[in-house]
Amino acid sequence: MTTLTKRYGFAASHRLCAPSLSEERNREIFGKCANPFGHGHNYSLEVSVEGDPDPRSGMVVQRSALDSWVHSAVIRRIDHTHLNSEIAEFAKLVPTSENLLVVIEGWLRAAWPDYFPGQSLRLASLRLEETPRNSFRSALTAATDLP
Amino acid sequence: MLITRKAEFSASHVCSNAELSAEENERLYGIESRPSGHGHNYVLEVTVRGDVNPVHGMVLDLKELKEVIRENVLDIYDHRFLNREVPPFDKVVPTAENIAGDIWHRLDEPIGRLGSKLHSVRLHESDDLFVEVCEPRAT
Repeated sequence: MTTLTKRYGFAASHRLCAPSLSEERNREIFGKCANPFGHGHNYSLEVSVEGDPDPRSGMVVQRSALDSWVHSAVIRRIDHTHLNSEIAEFAKLVPTSENLLVVIEGWLRAAWPDYFPGQSLRLASLRLEETPRNSFRSALTAATDLP
Repeated sequence: MLITRKAEFSASHVCSNAELSAEENERLYGIESRPSGHGHNYVLEVTVRGDVNPVHGMVLDLKELKEVIRENVLDIYDHRFLNREVPPFDKVVPTAENIAGDIWHRLDEPIGRLGSKLHSVRLHESDDLFVEVCEPRAT
């Protein structure tokens, strides 16, 4: 089994603030991340897919298909946006990196059939760096079922 | 316990399948198929698995692992045009996947002779792309 990982970048701003909580409580939980006008990050997203290399091409996945999938499902949708105000999923959901990773996984899975129909390839894991010091990884334990 | 040793080599390659037309290769591999070849600074991470020896407190002697990687990979791959100089890439397309698979087969047995088990081979082709082989593949 071979896993291929490719890294993509996007820049976005956000404000961490739970609408159901008071201003003071948000300040306690999120600190300066709750500053009212928001702030931005250069995010880095690592997308890992796994499968057996195709005997003819020698590749697990065609790089251009991988790029098209991630650009279309994630990067074009999110790059240079304000997550709270421009991304519908975060209208009521706090755009922490944990939640962002779950949203990104949903977008990637929804677009999967358009790019990799009937292939034995699987989404193996996702890793999101909010800053070089903070990173988040989802194991995607259900990857065998979907996509 | 898992131990990872990192090594680097520089090599050039062309990704194209002789059975396909130039257009098909361009579609499949993009700029990686340009006929004169191009190079990468590859970064290799070799992870071995073993129990900690109760006397010397190590899984294996890292100097020996370094030597195994040098002899079986770096001496063969470094500063070479893979398609021309490193079999099986005269016949097999030197994609990152196939290179990592070849390195697995070159290292598996010598690492076994050190008393450890090869766990994974991770190969970085560039800062934004790496592959990892975790199980031996049928070739």
